[in-house]
Amino acid sequence: MTDILIPSRREVLKAGSLVVAFSLTGGAGTAFAQQQKVAVPAALAKSLILTEVDSFLTIDADGAVTVYSGKVDLGTGVKTALTQIVADELDVPMSSVRIVQGDTLTTPDQGPTFGSVSIQIGGMQIRNAAALARAALLEAAAKRLNAKQEELGIENGVVTSLTGQVTFGQLIGGKTFNLKVDHTKPPPWKDAKAYKHVGTSVARLDIPDKVTGRFTYMHDVRVPGMLHGRVVRPPAIGAELKTVDEASIKAIPGIVKVVREGNFLGVVAQSEWSAIRAARDLKATWSEWKGLPEQAKLFEYVRATKVAKDEVTGNIGNTAEAMAKDGVKKLAATYDFAIHTHGSIGPSCAIAEFEDGKLTSWSASQMTHSLQKQLAKMLALPVDNVRCIYVEGSGCYGRNGHEDAAADAAILAKAVGKPVRVQWSRADEHGWDPKGPPTLIDMRAALDGADMVAWESEFFIPQQTPNMFLVPLMAATLSGLPADETIAPGNIFQNSNIPYKFPNIKAVCHRLETTPLRPSWIRTPGRMQNTYANECFMDELAAVAGEDPIAFRRKVLDPADKRGREVLDRVAQLAKWESRASPKPGASGDVVTGRGVSYCKYELVRTYIAVVAEVEVTKSTGAIRVTKFHVAHDCGQIINPDGLRNQIEGNVIQTVSRTLIEEVKFSRSAVTSLDWASYPILTFPEVPEIVIYLIDRPSEKPWGAGEPSAAVVPSAISNAVFDATGVRLRSVPFTPDKVKTAMRGAA
Amino acid sequence: MAISKALTVNGQQVEISIDDPDIPLLYALRENLGLHGPRFGCGLGQCGACTVHIDGKAVRSCVTPLSALKPGNEVVTLEGLGSPQNPHPLQKAFIVEQAAQCGYCINGMIMEAAAFLAANKGKELSAVEIKQALAKNLCRCGTHARIVRAIQRV
Repeated sequence: MTDILIPSRREVLKAGSLVVAFSLTGGAGTAFAQQQKVAVPAALAKSLILTEVDSFLTIDADGAVTVYSGKVDLGTGVKTALTQIVADELDVPMSSVRIVQGDTLTTPDQGPTFGSVSIQIGGMQIRNAAALARAALLEAAAKRLNAKQEELGIENGVVTSLTGQVTFGQLIGGKTFNLKVDHTKPPPWKDAKAYKHVGTSVARLDIPDKVTGRFTYMHDVRVPGMLHGRVVRPPAIGAELKTVDEASIKAIPGIVKVVREGNFLGVVAQSEWSAIRAARDLKATWSEWKGLPEQAKLFEYVRATKVAKDEVTGNIGNTAEAMAKDGVKKLAATYDFAIHTHGSIGPSCAIAEFEDGKLTSWSASQMTHSLQKQLAKMLALPVDNVRCIYVEGSGCYGRNGHEDAAADAAILAKAVGKPVRVQWSRADEHGWDPKGPPTLIDMRAALDGADMVAWESEFFIPQQTPNMFLVPLMAATLSGLPADETIAPGNIFQNSNIPYKFPNIKAVCHRLETTPLRPSWIRTPGRMQNTYANECFMDELAAVAGEDPIAFRRKVLDPADKRGREVLDRVAQLAKWESRASPKPGASGDVVTGRGVSYCKYELVRTYIAVVAEVEVTKSTGAIRVTKFHVAHDCGQIINPDGLRNQIEGNVIQTVSRTLIEEVKFSRSAVTSLDWASYPILTFPEVPEIVIYLIDRPSEKPWGAGEPSAAVVPSAISNAVFDATGVRLRSVPFTPDKVKTAMRGAA
Repeated sequence: MAISKALTVNGQQVEISIDDPDIPLLYALRENLGLHGPRFGCGLGQCGACTVHIDGKAVRSCVTPLSALKPGNEVVTLEGLGSPQNPHPLQKAFIVEQAAQCGYCINGMIMEAAAFLAANKGKELSAVEIKQALAKNLCRCGTHARIVRAIQRV
């Protein structure tokens, strides 16, 4: 037990005693922040454009490879996967590769880390750069060694000819490649058979530090001279700040400043605890505001919201004509999906520091390059005077509060002229992170006997400002400083159209002008809600047709879509699927069981997933227990099978939670589910068993996996409940009350 | 006014300077001692991210006022359990099972499980019992199955 208080160790030795007084600023986190800033001078001349190899990687004289990734590891293992990809494509040991992530000064803007494209797009851009770098190194080595390229071998960053050898460090060390890379015409990659790391379950590089308390999360970073800030959010979303009684926190030690800018209110203190107490005790008066709709009538409000524009995402044949035909059986249903919060376990945190009019912002933002522009706009700074640095935070499943905390910190740091760390409270996070918007879906279809003839779907979802994936910064909105006038729920039209083929299909997204709470994207945005309605309704049609739900889907699945057929076949095998129609015959007793299938081709162009859910429903209480999930998954080339399994397991568990339990509650003024008691999530005893079948296609491109398997979870559960009870659930979350109401309705 | 408070943390005696005797233990550990194991998650004792051991019992440090600590109380954090070079068997098992995604909750999972295992030494524990023991520790990434497997390894 000697090396335990790591940051204090030097101080212990310095003091020459085991009893010392510790300074308020931590050690390891401080070193971390300084180390990052020291990296600046060497990086200044570095290329950042996407079409330059030098933007993505450098090799120093010792052969150490530094990869600059605009995509960041949000806790998904992407850093390890990128290391595998680069080590293989370049022929260097994994231990030689270091990944720099999401630093606007050094990493190229590869777009936000969203949409399950970190490997598919970000990783492949880096692979392209690595492949070109390797080819250039080989060419240079041939000259240096006076040999033909075919005679050379490369291993561990050393090029060997029959007569000599040269290292990557000797060939390029510290110099630039000056090579163009065209990602639309990628260079040849290695044959997948030659990969040593890609395709294997390499252990995650970050886990040893994470399980021993040595990892530096954003929340651990400390900057010399740093103060602590907290925000005081209004009691109502649109309330105006009337008065602030600074004397109310006079007794709290170490208060530096109460910062008021418009309706933005914050406190800065010497210590975090003083900042917390000050934010809690500060007396302020606000105007009344009751601009939110009544929660009980949320979906009436959604239906009545003005449509900004209609987007037709599917249009084949003539659905109206097909539905009007004599003899067809028509079916209609309406689905809704509640507002969800991100619910990261660690609330958002950021540090801001001004030096010579330039802002450095540390945060766990999934989109530091976008944040850089947003902060510059808010503070009227040239974009180049803002540097945003990513530091991994608590799990991030979309645009949560990180960017807002960064904006809070920037305003507070500017006001006090010192670096300020802002740590949001649990209530700040639950109450003020942007939300997954409510979704309302109308479905209609017609069957001719057991055959699909027509399908119409209407999705009531908020609009997305074209090409502006910027969620307005809360601090900018509250303070009245320049804010983005955008609405950004993400590409939530995706998967509104169905992955099936029959003569008449129409899918329309009514893009609404507004939605009650500031929207953003949460894992599988739109794809989850849309797939839920589509796949539940397919199941309703299969039941009306009296057919097995998998067989019914296979009838309308494009015969050319072999990969789609394969995931359905695999999951049927995995789940020992018994071919029959739902509901399950002969169910009796209070506790009944059922199974439900769901299928998705992500965004209709990539990752295929089919799942079977098994549930147990207690009729008297309305409680649903999801006992087991079977998943068949095809995302093309698998970089790290265990990492992929980890993501799939996470998708299933998180989405079981969202489907069964989660719903943001609000009054007419503000969000009222402000903690884990009022917004509970799934706990250990409720977690289902998960069985996964991975289809690896080493010679195909890799597709995304961080979201797709979440898309199918709500529908699979609803379908399984129908199989068990004969009752259809069409409103997420499937709470016991809703289950009981649905059963009463069916009785 | 600054007050001096003596603590025993990870086997070391330390003295910290605080200005509120009721400051939660979490802030003394993180801010005064610079420890990174215990994490702030909710400040309400609801999620478990801040869990530490006091005399071997798993305690939520975010709702434990420093004034409640008695002289001689032994506080152990995740750092005190083991290091990357010399991990505790549970830490080792979490690495073997790759039982983390973002890892923010993992401090609580390991500290809660370590106390639970120590209190049930010699007993054969089922997955159901382990899940029950962790019922008040929240994970948002969905790493639960791996966490249970890791604990079963020890």
